[in-house]
Amino acid sequence: MAGGEPASGAPASPGDLVRRHRLSTRLWHWTNVVAVVVLLMSGLSIFNAHPRLYWGEYGANADAAWLQIGGEGERGFVQIGNTRIATTGVLGRWTDENGRTSTRAFPSWATIPGYYSLAMGRLWHFFFAWVLVIAGLAYWLTSFVNRHVQRDLAPTRAELAPRHLWQDIRDHARLRFPTGAAALRYNVLQKVSYLAVLFVLLPLIVLTGLTMSPAMDAAWPWLLDVFGGRQSARSLHFIAAWLLVGFIIVHIVMVVLAGPVNEIRSMITGRFRLPGTSEEARLT
Amino acid sequence: MSVQVSRRKLIGSLGAGLLLSGCDSWSRSGRVKHVLGSAETLSMGAQRLILGEATLAREYAPADMSSMFRVNGNRTADTPQYRRMLANGFADFRLIVDGLVRRPLEIPLERLRALPHRTQITRHDCVEGWSAIGQWTGVPLALLLDAAGLLDQARYIVFHCADSFGATPYYESVDLIDARHPQTILAYAMNGQPLPEPYGAPLRARIERQLGYKHAKFVMRVEAVASLAGLYGGRGGYWEDVGDYAWYAGI
Repeated sequence: MAGGEPASGAPASPGDLVRRHRLSTRLWHWTNVVAVVVLLMSGLSIFNAHPRLYWGEYGANADAAWLQIGGEGERGFVQIGNTRIATTGVLGRWTDENGRTSTRAFPSWATIPGYYSLAMGRLWHFFFAWVLVIAGLAYWLTSFVNRHVQRDLAPTRAELAPRHLWQDIRDHARLRFPTGAAALRYNVLQKVSYLAVLFVLLPLIVLTGLTMSPAMDAAWPWLLDVFGGRQSARSLHFIAAWLLVGFIIVHIVMVVLAGPVNEIRSMITGRFRLPGTSEEARLT
Repeated sequence: MSVQVSRRKLIGSLGAGLLLSGCDSWSRSGRVKHVLGSAETLSMGAQRLILGEATLAREYAPADMSSMFRVNGNRTADTPQYRRMLANGFADFRLIVDGLVRRPLEIPLERLRALPHRTQITRHDCVEGWSAIGQWTGVPLALLLDAAGLLDQARYIVFHCADSFGATPYYESVDLIDARHPQTILAYAMNGQPLPEPYGAPLRARIERQLGYKHAKFVMRVEAVASLAGLYGGRGGYWEDVGDYAWYAGI
């Protein structure tokens, strides 16, 4: 949020078009849209080369996997521990757009490239990993310097009171969104989830990714100790990627419910029309 | 009718298909590969910056070892010469060290076993994602390079191997930093036994700070070169030549 002053300088009221997102936030947002989508899909390509996950330092086909995606006979399955879930048609056994059946874990529509190539998956993944890291570090720095983190993202003590948190959860559950000037500030659930993604999930994804690198493990052996070994890091990298997908799904649902045109415009141009009553909000 | 077709095409290309088909045709384009591959240079530069030349990969205790070390790549070298050598326990095997060196060497396996050696329990990380921990004993490559005397023009060390995929022989290469790294050995023993055939008998390179495909098996010859351009496919390794894999496999 850029502060939310209306263009005129007068106090903001419903219907006003006000400045909302800073340029740094908008640039980072759309850079990440591209980087995260490519990283996720090329990551699934890489996973397909060995669709088994382990805990500890080592793990290969003879070792017990806590998660496995595979095909057996005519069926595809996901196995978590000793529990097998049938996923024929989607995971482990699926048919591509040319009618060819494959027993790779993730289907071609979910991977980059759409054909099986570990080498190309790695080329896409590491290029956009650098994009994610450089953009992320730049955004971190900018957001502390321009006080976006301290002013807009850090929850106040009052917001963290259990009563306030509960009220915010109830408002979300009832899809009751703030109107007027209150819509300019992030609510506490937004603050907590943005902070968690910015300072927990993204660093976790980057560091567990680095722990899979034999050179990084030589340079920073503490990575192996922090994550409990290379194969644990690979498992955590996979889990963290799906947590990020979960965040993105909720994020998109909230944008759609809060008025997609107004919300997306504010992330492109930075300008946001203050919602009035819920009827007015729906019109934006 | 034509309107419907074009609309369907339009909708199809505007959907997720745009990204997917775009990435697929881009993945096959040389220019895009080149741009994406620039990240390899960046990764290597960054890792070399924070990694001391002699910084060791972690070594593990015997209790940490995999009970079953996965065999990958070629399980054997399927040539008459190799089968003959294997049958008589590599008694007539000679490791060749040549190229840009002052004194080319031909070293029998028995002589290699008598040289100063290093034993290390390390983690082998395959590019596919799995890992296995095993114990390796072998001659430090730096020792052989010093005995042969590298010429100033030498920039890379190439491992020529007895195994092949179809008619294409396997080979790998490293620069002098990894070649001279204290943990870079030509291993003749694994887990306390003479190196078994599927793991690359008689000699296998261990390049502990890079991924598994750099650890060439069935090594017959070590060559010092100034450039990788003239060798085989010119990219410094079998998988680099045939499959777009990175020459620097530190990640």
